[in-house]
Amino acid sequence: MRQEGLNMANTPKSTLRDRFSNMDRENRSVVISFSMIILLIVFGTLFITPNFASPTFLTQQLRIASFLGIIAAGQMAVILTGNIDLSVPWTLNLSAVIATSVMAGQDDRLILGIASAVGVGVIVGLVNGIGVAYLRIPAMVLTLGVNAVLKGVTVVYTGSAPQFQQTPELLSKAATETLFGFLPIAVILWAMVSLFNYLILSRSSMGRKTYAVGNNEIASYLSGVKTSRVLIMVFILSAVLNALAGLLLAGNAGRSFNEMGDPYMLPAIAAVVVGGTSILGGSGKYMGTIAGVIIVRLLDGALNIVQVPAATKDITFGLVILLMLFLYGRAEKVRE
Amino acid sequence: MMARLQTTWRMPDLWRYTLRHFRVGIAFVILFVLLGITVSLNPRFFTPAVLTSTSNQSMTLVFAGMAQTTVVITGGIDLSVGPLISMSNSLASTLFSETGGAFNMIVVVVVVLVVASLAGLVNGLIVVYGRLQPIIVTLATASIYSGIALFLRPQPGGFVPDVYGDLLTRRVGQLLPEGLFGEQPAGIAAFFESLFNFIPASFILLIVVLLVVWIPFRRSQLGMWVYAVGSHAGAAYMSGVNVKLARISAYVLSGLFAGMGGLFLTAQTLSGDASNGEVFTLQSIAIVVLGGTSLFGGSGGVAGTIAGAFALRLIPTILFFARVNPLQQPLWEGAVILLAVAAGASRIFTVRRWLDMMR
Repeated sequence: MRQEGLNMANTPKSTLRDRFSNMDRENRSVVISFSMIILLIVFGTLFITPNFASPTFLTQQLRIASFLGIIAAGQMAVILTGNIDLSVPWTLNLSAVIATSVMAGQDDRLILGIASAVGVGVIVGLVNGIGVAYLRIPAMVLTLGVNAVLKGVTVVYTGSAPQFQQTPELLSKAATETLFGFLPIAVILWAMVSLFNYLILSRSSMGRKTYAVGNNEIASYLSGVKTSRVLIMVFILSAVLNALAGLLLAGNAGRSFNEMGDPYMLPAIAAVVVGGTSILGGSGKYMGTIAGVIIVRLLDGALNIVQVPAATKDITFGLVILLMLFLYGRAEKVRE
Repeated sequence: MMARLQTTWRMPDLWRYTLRHFRVGIAFVILFVLLGITVSLNPRFFTPAVLTSTSNQSMTLVFAGMAQTTVVITGGIDLSVGPLISMSNSLASTLFSETGGAFNMIVVVVVVLVVASLAGLVNGLIVVYGRLQPIIVTLATASIYSGIALFLRPQPGGFVPDVYGDLLTRRVGQLLPEGLFGEQPAGIAAFFESLFNFIPASFILLIVVLLVVWIPFRRSQLGMWVYAVGSHAGAAYMSGVNVKLARISAYVLSGLFAGMGGLFLTAQTLSGDASNGEVFTLQSIAIVVLGGTSLFGGSGGVAGTIAGAFALRLIPTILFFARVNPLQQPLWEGAVILLAVAAGASRIFTVRRWLDMMR
């Protein structure tokens, strides 16, 4: 007690600045990325349109962001282990295509559709996970190849005989409508996924192991973590979340179609990294990923409003990622 | 507890040795097997016209793969290869002038190569001095470069002189002045005429690039440094290697090769399109692995990559001649790539102990 009192007397009053600089890297990136969101909203309101900060616009952006958010949640778990999942586009696409044809547009078969999407996700995740964990194929290469195969499967499945492509009304409602007039259902689903992901990553032994494997797999293995099992689990998590996002995206568009997943992979990785997760694995907060998704979405939304050409959009997007990286993605300065 | 750890798991030595040291050789074996299958399915494969079109279709991929290889050797990865090809393609298609003639063509080629190398330099500078991970840096710059490509060429089109296309995509014999070997060539002259009539110009281009750019680089001190850095950056630094310079030069070379890819794509399509190059990013990674270059850096080289690129390009040809249902083609193509790449990159065959695999 006395000790504490002494310390209190000696240390100067901690300012906001001190608290920020004393923060560890992970928390600092979360703070920076959330400040970036506020900055974007302020900037948008001042220079683009006063409606930028309006609840209608923001909830609409959140609704669109939720698809990306669900994908990024899975991608983050994979990146935390130091791997990467490049099979996002066609996992998403295949499960959407299979689920829509299973559901055949009927609301009462929605549960079947969800089950088949999850089934596709589990299978893809198992293949990716076993390849990375036991065959030790670099994830970047393996998931790239799996993506190509899934594309082939999708083309064979949809091409020969046109399948039923309309989604059931219930699914479309889940993807597009709002609850109580202001809360998009998709956002609620994203929140549920986020809660699940947060509990897994930050409050379970599985999460501890995920971070441990990302930091040093050999050390984790030698301390008794079944690292291969952890790798398989994160790949399954990622693939299942991709599959669910595919289902929602199909609902959003009212149908499933080929190449529907292409625009989501790189933004998802960007969102995870902008949210402060290290691409080498082992560090990063899930809150940061949420912020990253919102940043990517708001940026896109803002550039859409001012109707800049696609060229400007691409360049701005790249520059913002670089900017965020310079703010907190840099490695420590070491002598090689 | 300890008994369960598989620390003593071993691969048979001969297997491990073969797979570790002859991965580039394996790429050539795959290529020759695929070539054999192609020829058996289509005996007319070795005619000048078919050979030339196959070579032309593969060449952009070859350059994309070379661009990826130089960076992968340092242990990095370049996701901006595809967008750089698009950017070079778009730039070339806007710079060519209808009245410029030969001088204009040379200027365009030089400008495009310089711009592409500068783009590579930017990648390298950000990775090295920004102390950032290559995969994310090049993901960001990829977005920037495809933006620039779109800015240069919002709609597909533009002017590319036919002569330029002919120069790069026809056969050597077609480019030589007529009657070079006399009216009725005989003996050695006849041999040379038929030989030149056989060889695609793009093939000569590739050999020139190898002789003028890659081999001198590989044999220089800088080339050695690039491998050293990829093998173990720390050890390289301690041995006096200029790690930063080596890394940056790999990215510059990557940009240069991507620029060549863009220029060749321009000759092949005779127009500019800002999204033409996208596919090459992921394909280049696949063929680098197919070509026996380790994604962990420090080994491999351009030779395997070239074999890998031609092999990858043969797969759809084989599927076509094998009369595979066109709908199933992407599936078979994907399956072959997955198998080849997975077998080539899988570390279970090449390490001695289970623990080594986790490195």
